[in-house]
Amino acid sequence: MGSIYRTLPSGVLRDIALACLAVWFTGLSYGAIAVASGLPLWVPAAQSVLVLAGASEFLFIGIVAAGGNPFAAALAGLLVNARHLPYGLALPDVTGRGWRRLLGSHVMNDESVVFALAQDDQDRKSAAYWACGLGVLLCWPAGAVLGGLAGGAITDTSAFGLDAMFPAVILALIMPALRDRATRRTAAAGAAIALAAAPFLPAGLPVLLALGAVALAQVRR
Amino acid sequence: MKDPALVVAGMATLSAGTYAFRLSGPLLRQRITVPPRITKLLESAAVVLLAALVATTALTEGHGFAGYARPAGVLAGGVLAWCKAPFLVVVIAAAATTAVLRVLGVP
Repeated sequence: MGSIYRTLPSGVLRDIALACLAVWFTGLSYGAIAVASGLPLWVPAAQSVLVLAGASEFLFIGIVAAGGNPFAAALAGLLVNARHLPYGLALPDVTGRGWRRLLGSHVMNDESVVFALAQDDQDRKSAAYWACGLGVLLCWPAGAVLGGLAGGAITDTSAFGLDAMFPAVILALIMPALRDRATRRTAAAGAAIALAAAPFLPAGLPVLLALGAVALAQVRR
Repeated sequence: MKDPALVVAGMATLSAGTYAFRLSGPLLRQRITVPPRITKLLESAAVVLLAALVATTALTEGHGFAGYARPAGVLAGGVLAWCKAPFLVVVIAAAATTAVLRVLGVP
């Protein structure tokens, strides 16, 4: 892991730092919202380290704070996180073996996966994955705890357009893959399926249904 | 919060289940030899998942429409990314577009 700095061009490291900064900002609002909705600080703090998957944590605290059953909240969160299984299948071996795989699997998230996919060779994929994964492992809990401590002062990050950052980060990083016409078509079809399903299905499921577009593209070939 | 023990159990379920999802991908890949064609297919599946994630996070909030400001910002970022603008420019432009639209009163 000490070779991350030697393996990655400084531009990629800078991009990863920016993505982590966006994660930190989102973490601030996560911690603040959790505490403002009546949960003790240890709930978002522990979740941010142990779950380490933003969307599912927002959903979990939303359901629990509203008085919902914590197991129902956990199942809803798991549905959102099921995409990590196909992520792990798609990535070549970026985590390494043994204990590295145990930690490396935990730092798998949208950002680390997309940075890994965006690199050309295996060494850079692995370095980008670890750099981004560990960066998020630091920034997400740090943001959540600080946000929780700051409390009501920062509940509305939407004023700064920060909610547009996450989709923009992911979109910018899949753009090279989208230059391939077949991939672009399949991705557009998948996005359309997810959007059509979003009003009716629980969170997480629409994104998984997008995989149907991959199957359709295979059948048509 | 009604029952802390129940909340802790819920948190443990979510953490353990999420970790199981994360670990099973790399473990399965180690067990089976994946032909190059399938490798390419899996990689395109990841791109499709990420694209669907972009679409839903940009356009929806809960089960409804997220308003115009956020997707407009993401679109601005997307156009810049297509034109090969630097990552920093793409992300800042997306946030700035959304923020300015909201200042102007666009939902």
